[in-house]
Amino acid sequence: MNAASIWLVIIGLAVIAWLSARARATLMEKSAGRLATHSRAQYHGWYVGLWTLLPAALFLIVWQNVSPALVTNSVLTAPEAATLPTEGFSRAAILSEARNIAAGRQQSGFNTQSQALVEPYRAAQTRFDIIGALLTVILAFACGAFAFTRIRAGFTARTRVERLVMGALLVASLIAIVTTVGIVASLLFESIRFFSMVNPIDFLFGTKWSPQSAALGYGNKNAFGAVPLFWGTVFIGAIIAMLVAIPLGLMCAIYLTQYAKPSVRAWMKPILEVLAGVPTVVYGYFAALTVAPALRDFAVMVGISGASSESALAAGLVMGVMIIPFVSSMADDSINAVPQAMRDGSLAMGATTSETIKKVLIPAALPGVVGGVLLAVSRAIGETMIVVMAAGLAANLTLNPFASVTTVTTQIVQLLTGDQEFDSAKTLAAFALGLVLFIVTLLLNIVALRVVKKYREAYE
Amino acid sequence: MMSGTDLPPSARTSMTQANSPDRTPTDWTSPVMRKRIARRYAQERRFRLMGLGAVALSAGFLLFLLVSMVSGGLSGFIRTEIKLPIDFPHSPLLIDPAILKSANAERALANANLPAVTSAAAKAAFGAQGGDAILSDSAWVAVKDALIEDPGLLQRQAVIAVPAASDIDLAAKREGSAAAEQIVAQLKGKRALATRLNFGFLTASDGTDPTQVGIWGALKGSLLTMAVTLLLSFPVGVLSAIYLEEYAPRNRWTDLIEVSINNLAAVPSIIFGLLGLAVFLNMWDLPRSAALVGGLTLALMTMPVIVIAGRNAVKAVPPSIRDAALGVGASPVQVVFHHVLPLAMPGILTGTIIGMARALGETAPLLMIGMRAFISAAPSGFTAPATVLPVQVFLWSDEVSKGFVEKTSAAIIVLLVFLLAMNGLAIYLRNKFEIRW
Repeated sequence: MNAASIWLVIIGLAVIAWLSARARATLMEKSAGRLATHSRAQYHGWYVGLWTLLPAALFLIVWQNVSPALVTNSVLTAPEAATLPTEGFSRAAILSEARNIAAGRQQSGFNTQSQALVEPYRAAQTRFDIIGALLTVILAFACGAFAFTRIRAGFTARTRVERLVMGALLVASLIAIVTTVGIVASLLFESIRFFSMVNPIDFLFGTKWSPQSAALGYGNKNAFGAVPLFWGTVFIGAIIAMLVAIPLGLMCAIYLTQYAKPSVRAWMKPILEVLAGVPTVVYGYFAALTVAPALRDFAVMVGISGASSESALAAGLVMGVMIIPFVSSMADDSINAVPQAMRDGSLAMGATTSETIKKVLIPAALPGVVGGVLLAVSRAIGETMIVVMAAGLAANLTLNPFASVTTVTTQIVQLLTGDQEFDSAKTLAAFALGLVLFIVTLLLNIVALRVVKKYREAYE
Repeated sequence: MMSGTDLPPSARTSMTQANSPDRTPTDWTSPVMRKRIARRYAQERRFRLMGLGAVALSAGFLLFLLVSMVSGGLSGFIRTEIKLPIDFPHSPLLIDPAILKSANAERALANANLPAVTSAAAKAAFGAQGGDAILSDSAWVAVKDALIEDPGLLQRQAVIAVPAASDIDLAAKREGSAAAEQIVAQLKGKRALATRLNFGFLTASDGTDPTQVGIWGALKGSLLTMAVTLLLSFPVGVLSAIYLEEYAPRNRWTDLIEVSINNLAAVPSIIFGLLGLAVFLNMWDLPRSAALVGGLTLALMTMPVIVIAGRNAVKAVPPSIRDAALGVGASPVQVVFHHVLPLAMPGILTGTIIGMARALGETAPLLMIGMRAFISAAPSGFTAPATVLPVQVFLWSDEVSKGFVEKTSAAIIVLLVFLLAMNGLAIYLRNKFEIRW
């Protein structure tokens, strides 16, 4: 009997319990009278059903985590296990091989000894599976029967079921905290391991990035200087992309809020939203296939040296386009939040619409716009696919937008998708980069939200 | 915020003039003033045009992107075929005609030396030197299908359309190498070329030969991954939205939950990939590249989106509904689950679909958990190695072979069709069911 069928059995038992308890409660309702019962019949059903399901499910989860160890222990007491090497790697390898063959995941063993252990493994596995299944079903029956005997007219089944629902709601909302803690913990844990191999100062301020040489055994010194990566990220995400996104996004927002007819606005806003909904891998492909070669040809034609087919400019331009709808919607919100009286006042003084926008609306909406731009920067520096596909891998510290630069996210992908053992400084470096990225985006978001909030309060 | 100095100069001067009693009225018809007004109006028109230009540029970019993807990708749904004459009675085919009518004809043909038959026929028809190089490696499969359909072919000479090799395919569709162009011209002269819809692209999986690849494997992987994501993120997202909006006491814990949800919504997606790698793969030992792990990772990413949309939808239900339900004796849980939640459902569903569309287009976190492996069969289950549509796009875009360019664009078209359908559904739901209170 495999795990899935046990789950089906206890779920089936719970459904039966639900139905029978509801039927019994309905009978009781009829005999005792509708007003004499505390809870409606379906709440009794839920109460009994949940009692049948939850303890058994909990036990099953614990059992599925504990039983492999129990199985291994019982196999080790078998006479065939006496010939195993006493300690270390080969012992574990033989055991796991035997386990895999017994479970049918593997056809034949590499070790001859593992072949002998297959039978004891299979026997122990079957034994413990049966024990687990029996215990689960007995538990489901026992708990269900206990709950079933409690069905009475005055029994507060609804209150108890609702208490459980509230518990479930609370647990669901705690998952957000657990995820945040999980992110911070996993990044911190791996980063600390990385910084035990590489000096944090060298990492944050070193200017030479060549993890390949570290992997080849030239040592970790001078291999993990992340400054070129930081510069590439800032150059693409915070400079080139913003040079595209801020003017275009802002002018789009201004035109759509101040000039466009409602019909034009109704059409253009969804179109801009589509621009934001295009997957980044599509932008990346577009940047690599169309934009980057065109820019390189242009650079060669004009005679700029160092032009590469993977350029910071190509990635930055396309990323800027991707960010336009984001900047535009943030600017839209802040411009709409400026009190109408200010706009009317300026127009009444004889200013033209554009003068009102430039001298009144924009200065008044500036904090909101700045907040939006900060959020856009945080999104741009965390963007991965466009830079992976269009920005290249060369860790250059250059001001030339036609040259290839690399970014933090590109290197994370690069470091973690090769074939190397997990403990090397090279793979751990990805987590250190991830930690830096996480902290920077977090700070940008906090500052941006604070700016936006403060400014909203000013007009309320 | 505002002060007199921020006002336009013209407005300021007229203000000071209005305050002084013995001013000379501004002569608005004087040439100086006319010129000044004309200049200001010109500035106004320029500014307006700039705005229009920005909007047009953004929309134009979207149009350019879509047009270039569609024009590059549509040919990926078409394949070039070569009409190959085969003389079956005189071919080195090792098969008993009787077996073709039986149930295991498929297996018998697979062992019947068909590749040699097609290759010999191609050499006979198109030249002994490299005559068979113009056919795709899978050409014999087309011959096999033709034989199963009509076993009578074995008794005679037949012309069967078989898929062309990748470079011939390219040369026939747009431009290929000079040699391939020459062959295509010859084939055209013999009227041996045909084009047909490439159904294989929708039913096959990844491969090494661009004429044989398809997206079904990636599509199935995407569907499995999305199923896991939806099953996990929707209940959790809705439940926590209800808790935060309806029941949560205002205290430090609630603030902490809110801050973490807002932060999670803004964390770069690649960080979720790192979390998935460190926790799901290394700590929990879940299988690499599996739809299960991809779905878990994307669920963590999608959940905050659903929570935020769900809270807004729940907030929009007017308090009178709650008061009325409480008034007739419903418990707080009944108020929410019987009245508030059904009314908020359209808004929650809209937010969920938008979150799912984002997850469907997401690539970076899935690369982190090993979903970039080459997988040549559609995944058989949630724990089998799988790939997803955007990752397939990324993998094909990395291929050196030129035949993959149009396949990449074709895969992008499929991806965009799915995304547009989901977004369209979200907009439809919003317009159809949203209640304005």
